[in-house]
Amino acid sequence: MSAPQRKPSTDVQKDASMAKQKAMIDSNFDRLGNVKNTGEKVSYTFVPGNLNELIMCFDMVGNYPEINAIQNGLRKKSGGLIMEAEKWGHSEDVCTYVKADIGMMRKGNIGPTGQPIPEPDILMLSYTGCYTFLKWFELLRHEYKCETAMLHVPYTGDGVITKAMTDYVVKQLKEEVIPKYEKVSGVKFDIDRLRENLAHSAKAEDDFVWVLESAKNKPSPIDAYFGGIYYIGPIFTAFRGTELAVDYYKTLREEIEERIRKGQGPITPEGEMKNEKYRIVTEGPPNYTSMREFWKMFYDEGAVVVASTYTKVGGTYDFGFRHDPSRPLESLAEYCMHCYTNRNLPERTRMLETYINDYEADGLLINSIKSCNSFAAGELMMMREVEKRTGKPAAFVETDLVDPRYFSAANVKNRLESYFQMIDQKRRAGA
Amino acid sequence: MATREEITNRCQDLYDDLDFTAARTWKDAEPGRHVIGYMPMYVPREIIHAAGMLPLGILGGGDQLEVIQGDAYYQSYICRIPRSTVELLLTDRIDFVDGMLFPSICDVIRNLSGMWKLLRPDVYAHYFDVPQNYMKDVGGEFYIHELNVLKEDLEKISGNKVTNEALKNSIELYNENRRLTRELYKFRADNPWLAPSSEVYLINRAGMVIPVEEHNVLITDYIEAARQEDRPKRDNSRVVISGSFCEQPPINLIKSIEMSGCYVVDDDYMLVNRWFTKPVPTDGDPIQALSYTFLEASVKMPSCFEPNEDIKGQFLVDLVRETNAEGVIFAAASFCDPALLERPILQDVLNQVDIPHVSFKYAENTGQMQPIREQAGTFADSIKLWS
Repeated sequence: MSAPQRKPSTDVQKDASMAKQKAMIDSNFDRLGNVKNTGEKVSYTFVPGNLNELIMCFDMVGNYPEINAIQNGLRKKSGGLIMEAEKWGHSEDVCTYVKADIGMMRKGNIGPTGQPIPEPDILMLSYTGCYTFLKWFELLRHEYKCETAMLHVPYTGDGVITKAMTDYVVKQLKEEVIPKYEKVSGVKFDIDRLRENLAHSAKAEDDFVWVLESAKNKPSPIDAYFGGIYYIGPIFTAFRGTELAVDYYKTLREEIEERIRKGQGPITPEGEMKNEKYRIVTEGPPNYTSMREFWKMFYDEGAVVVASTYTKVGGTYDFGFRHDPSRPLESLAEYCMHCYTNRNLPERTRMLETYINDYEADGLLINSIKSCNSFAAGELMMMREVEKRTGKPAAFVETDLVDPRYFSAANVKNRLESYFQMIDQKRRAGA
Repeated sequence: MATREEITNRCQDLYDDLDFTAARTWKDAEPGRHVIGYMPMYVPREIIHAAGMLPLGILGGGDQLEVIQGDAYYQSYICRIPRSTVELLLTDRIDFVDGMLFPSICDVIRNLSGMWKLLRPDVYAHYFDVPQNYMKDVGGEFYIHELNVLKEDLEKISGNKVTNEALKNSIELYNENRRLTRELYKFRADNPWLAPSSEVYLINRAGMVIPVEEHNVLITDYIEAARQEDRPKRDNSRVVISGSFCEQPPINLIKSIEMSGCYVVDDDYMLVNRWFTKPVPTDGDPIQALSYTFLEASVKMPSCFEPNEDIKGQFLVDLVRETNAEGVIFAAASFCDPALLERPILQDVLNQVDIPHVSFKYAENTGQMQPIREQAGTFADSIKLWS
């Protein structure tokens, strides 16, 4: 019997780290909104395969169009922006991140916080694990007519990173990316500065992985999907490589250590989740336009996400990768290739299987995103494989990232309730 | 020499044959023969050929294949070509294929390479990456490495060493195939009433399933036969089709566009058969020649990055002018990311030089032609009346 759906409370409860994270993200919007006064140059780039440590070497401020779309989605602004882009001829079939971004640009480029998003001085097209990135920045370049640095990150189709692949990325960094940044910024590249930034990254990454792996505790002190979205914010965007990020992940870790000591569950918008009934692994991004409603469907049922692949789109650190100051460019190259959607389907399937086993999860839930073929194509196959290998039940729901037209709360809730019942049945059968 | 009708009937039979009997027959003719399948957009067929193997284009299941199992692997918002390709696999229609290549056309085909590995772990399945960096010492070197990896893999499967001599011979054959294909396109652009688009399509499609030597003869024979025939010339509008480079429209859709009053004078179906705009040199290292020609002389299409914004989309304007076309029909498969994301840029480029265009979407199993005919017909009329 499922718990009755309560109306979400208007008072959102947050950890101290969540408030800190929000302040960090907002500070980057402030910085972007203030470039007219500061004269800082602006680099647009993507989350997977972002080169924040490198961009910082040129004193540039990073703008992340995916983050703008997410923030607009969370603030219920993305629907109108997507329709604006469709009005301009963008197909209803394609990625809604792109359309939310184009729509925002068409409407004057006012960012989610109400501050202006400046035009790019350079588009850093890190083509990592998502084909749409390539077209997205061609579309932006067509509008802005600005410098564009293309970094082709080879897909790990055979499940391995070869020396030739690393060499290819490093050469592009040396011959394409760095010269263009030097030209646009007027700042000479300093490899020692890069090493310093990478050392900060590695430190933050250690704590970040510790936080993710804390979900192996019972009860899990974190929700690695909905809560995880907060945790990935700084390290996936403009803060990786900074002391601020090191400090954030240290604080976060301390907070979670404390929760483990007290035997507490994760913090949800309505307070601590006290009764962990289901431990779930998720595949795919979340829905942002109704995120709280979506999350509530979990915590009302006592379901906690103990591991998610979405929190690996900006790097699969929990499988061992760390930025390495002693091999700065090679390390950046390997980072890009390690991002989740740059891994082939057998590797992604193996990751899910590992999560189910290592986190002692009850099953797999796939939130398949209409917008994102990079994630979605093949997920049904992965679901079958994971079920076959682990014997744990899996379920499949469909929503979208930031297009509210593709979130049907009743359908999703129905499926989730049936899924939790299926887990109960499995348990009874196994008892 | 065969008549035009005989040639096109044979090509129609090859097109209709979802069991790929011609390729099976080729394979069975001699022991030790192997077949390598490939999906759109481009693979170096020369290397497959030089290994003594048959490159086999797998372009989905078309409108005659009932997709039952394949649908269970894909959500409703993903295009049809991967689901019908999975159907071909699961119904053993391509069980004779010894390996599959998945070019870097989009995320869906890329991920299909991984699905293949999971579905058929015993069959070679390779994601074939092409460079998006066009500097010789960067993208060129990387691509040389990728080509060598492919060559070694194919040598293992075939048991045949790919010698430089064999590869140069294969390059010459495919150079000739590309030359003939371009000649066929030129013939159609000059005389669209003599070479209907549906026939040209079938001739090209045959090249996906038969040996290149045979296909070269077939193109030559078709041009010769079509040239000799007297067919009525209509007052149609001349159009270029853009956006159909992966999932193929059903042949009835191609016919419908013509029946609605359009002469198709160029298109981007099956670009693999004319990918290079100049011959691949045969006087040096053949792998290096394939790599550098890819960098310098590839056709423009949405899956490849255009580093120069100043010429982005210009290829389409040039194509319209070279073929004396009067407009462009953007015909993209539903949910095709490359075509649909590229389209607004191309439309903008055309708008700047007042080239009219219209857009619609299709699936390989589209059955209702009336809306397409009305749209294409109205477009053709509008060109005649107002352009």
